[in-house]
Amino acid sequence: MLVRILVLLYLAGAPALAQTLCQPNASNGYRVRISIKTALGNQAYEWNENEMFLFRATMAFAMRRCYKTETYNVDNIIVCNQTLRVSFWFVVTSPENSTMLIPKADVEKAVSMSRHRINNAFLLTDRTLEFLGIHPTLAEPVNPDTPPWLIVFGVVIGAVFAGIIALLVSSLLQKRRKEKGMMEDGQDEEDMQVKGVENGNVLDGIYNRGFTDDDRFTKL
Amino acid sequence: MRLQLPNPGLEDRILSHEELDKLETEEAGRGDRPKWDNKTQYMLTCVGFCVGLGNVWRFPYLCQSHGGGAFMIPFLILLVLEGVPLLHLEFAIGQRLRKGSLGVWSTIHPYLAGVGIASMFVSLMISLYYNTIMAWVMWYLFNSFQETLPWSQCPLNYNLTGLVSECEQSSPVDYFWYRETLNTTPDIGANGGLQWWMVLCLVSAWAVLYICIIRGIETTGKAVYVTSTLPYVVLSIFLIRGLTLKGSLSGVVFLFTPNLTELTNPTTWLDAGAQVFYSFSIAFGGLISFSSYNSVHNNCEQDAVIISAVNGFTSVYAATVIYTIIGFRATERFDNCLGGNILALLNTFDLPEGNVTESNYDQVLQSLNGTYPEVIQGLNLKTCDLNTFLSEGVEGTGLAFIVFTEAITKMPASPVWSVLFFIMLFCLGLSSMFGNIEGVLVPLQDLGVFPKSWPKESTTGITCVLCCIVGLIFVQGSGNYWLSLFDSFAGSIPLLIIAFCEMVGVVYLYGIDRFNDDIEFMIGHKPNFFWQITWRFLSPAIMLVIFVFYFITKVTETLLYKTWNPESENFPTLEEKPYPAWIYVIIFILAGIPSLAVPGTALFRCTPVCIKNCNAAGFFTLNSFPCVFFIYFTRQVS
Repeated sequence: MLVRILVLLYLAGAPALAQTLCQPNASNGYRVRISIKTALGNQAYEWNENEMFLFRATMAFAMRRCYKTETYNVDNIIVCNQTLRVSFWFVVTSPENSTMLIPKADVEKAVSMSRHRINNAFLLTDRTLEFLGIHPTLAEPVNPDTPPWLIVFGVVIGAVFAGIIALLVSSLLQKRRKEKGMMEDGQDEEDMQVKGVENGNVLDGIYNRGFTDDDRFTKL
Repeated sequence: MRLQLPNPGLEDRILSHEELDKLETEEAGRGDRPKWDNKTQYMLTCVGFCVGLGNVWRFPYLCQSHGGGAFMIPFLILLVLEGVPLLHLEFAIGQRLRKGSLGVWSTIHPYLAGVGIASMFVSLMISLYYNTIMAWVMWYLFNSFQETLPWSQCPLNYNLTGLVSECEQSSPVDYFWYRETLNTTPDIGANGGLQWWMVLCLVSAWAVLYICIIRGIETTGKAVYVTSTLPYVVLSIFLIRGLTLKGSLSGVVFLFTPNLTELTNPTTWLDAGAQVFYSFSIAFGGLISFSSYNSVHNNCEQDAVIISAVNGFTSVYAATVIYTIIGFRATERFDNCLGGNILALLNTFDLPEGNVTESNYDQVLQSLNGTYPEVIQGLNLKTCDLNTFLSEGVEGTGLAFIVFTEAITKMPASPVWSVLFFIMLFCLGLSSMFGNIEGVLVPLQDLGVFPKSWPKESTTGITCVLCCIVGLIFVQGSGNYWLSLFDSFAGSIPLLIIAFCEMVGVVYLYGIDRFNDDIEFMIGHKPNFFWQITWRFLSPAIMLVIFVFYFITKVTETLLYKTWNPESENFPTLEEKPYPAWIYVIIFILAGIPSLAVPGTALFRCTPVCIKNCNAAGFFTLNSFPCVFFIYFTRQVS
């Protein structure tokens, strides 16, 4: 009988006890602010009891993942002071002793560790699922070995210098060809002057006797 | 009323009309003087020279700040009265005398050679800093080939705990421009050393320029097929993209909304005149060179009108495109500002999302202010006004490298737009550089600085290398300040003086009668009444007025320059500092030497003649006393 009365009292008092544990501005609690419409626009879902249950389950998962030795349950996550904004306070109680709250720092550690998983459960981001007081971890900068701009610069400057060399070489070749052509023309002129009344055949160096003027000797 | 100054020996110095015709038929066979392959190359080169960065980043700002659509009126009027006549004059005189700028002015009168030398100095100084802007454009272009553009987010600080403070206080685009690109020092005296990445970009800019001008107009003529047409293609692409963005039309409407009261403000007319003048690249000597490679009977009048029209149209078109993007950016900023305020209200009062929207924001704010005034005060809500964001009109490098790049980061597929935009800027600048360099190379050849036996490739190469080395001033930490110094002083006052001397020289020394006859010989009909009036009175008068006002404004204002100083009190705003005393010497060199080259060369050429005349007249006659003083003075100077 006494046990039954005690059980009834416990069942009646537990929520009340939970309420006193979870209060706005509680020293070991965090405030959560959710902006579903900002994140999802037309595909925004409604925040209701089921979503709240998912939140508590996710928080329990986060605590389990961080502190592997202890098994947290949905009951260990107590939520209160929900507003229309969709913001509320929550505290985490220890699995062994439901009146003892887990310190703020430990909760923060668990949240930071599983932040990505928590966000994805709700299709939200760090900005739209805010834990006031826990700063989002900054993304590690991706530092490539060679800065990309240097690669593009190398390609451009290589192409330009190749073009310059090609143009210079081609104009050099053109000049040489012109000089050669002019030298041959010069030779033509010289030979014509030396050979006199010969036909202008430069390559033929043999004196062609057929064209000598020896008729004057054969006046028979 | 034909005022004609005495000009003995002019006939001996110029080719007569018959000789010109003979040269025309002979030159067709020989390759002595460079020639355009076809008319298209010539037109594209001139269009490329005239259409430059100023059309994109100076004209839209002027348009918006001087009454929008109303600015078109002074702009178009001065385009017709000032731009077209000067352009026609330069084309005609180049085509007639068939020489570069130095040759043309020496031919008209030996004392006028100073005009050609001044043109060369101005072209040289402008080439030096203009290619640095090309280097900046190339740096941004190289950095655009990444998925996340480096100016879209602040980098993390050293211990990875937060963002770099300089970036956090200003903005990622500001930080990228002032710190990662320029690495600017707080004032012009601290030179900050050479920035190696900018040196690489400067070398690449000069290398690209060299390959395009390596054989003179033979290579330039081929390059302009791309560099002069690509900007129009990109502008059209941006126009289509811009019009589909939210808020673009509000930008265009803001740009063109006329405010006719601005027409009564003399600054509007002055700025319009200056913009027309600088936009046409007159007095650089490049246009005279380009038109001297034409055939004698080319219709230069038609060319001048077409190029002026194209230049004016491009200015308006570019302004429209720029302002669609600026309208988008302003709307984006306005939405963010309002969104931030709405979020603050929702968070403080725990209202459900969607309760406060843009439409009912004012009513909600008023009702909340009535019930909880102290809380509202404590929130420090920002006032968001679209017009304020739209009139954050920026010009110059600020527009291209800060405002526009920020707008690009907000567009989907940003790297593509960034690459397109910077390729367009690069082409615009490169085609202007062709004309600038022509205005340097041809006078150098005429002066005989390089031996005639040297091939063209080596003369252009040496000029490019020397200019690149001198241009290293502009890639130091304080380079940006040097650049705006050069921009304000080297390219402004000397050009006005040169243009004025050009008009006076052609109309009154060469003789407007002879000029009219030449044009009749070249294109078949005499220039009509419009040209006579503008060449003889209107255009020189406009030049004189602009010069006087410009000079007075520059001389009377205290010279301040804007610096990026992270230590200053109102940090993200640029701090205005006065120039140190030794800068005034530099300013005098920049603006004074080209301007003084005009009378200086005249004096230099005049001295031997004067001495000869004085000796002939006898030493101790009364009218030789001023002569003796004059000889004494010039001997001391030289």
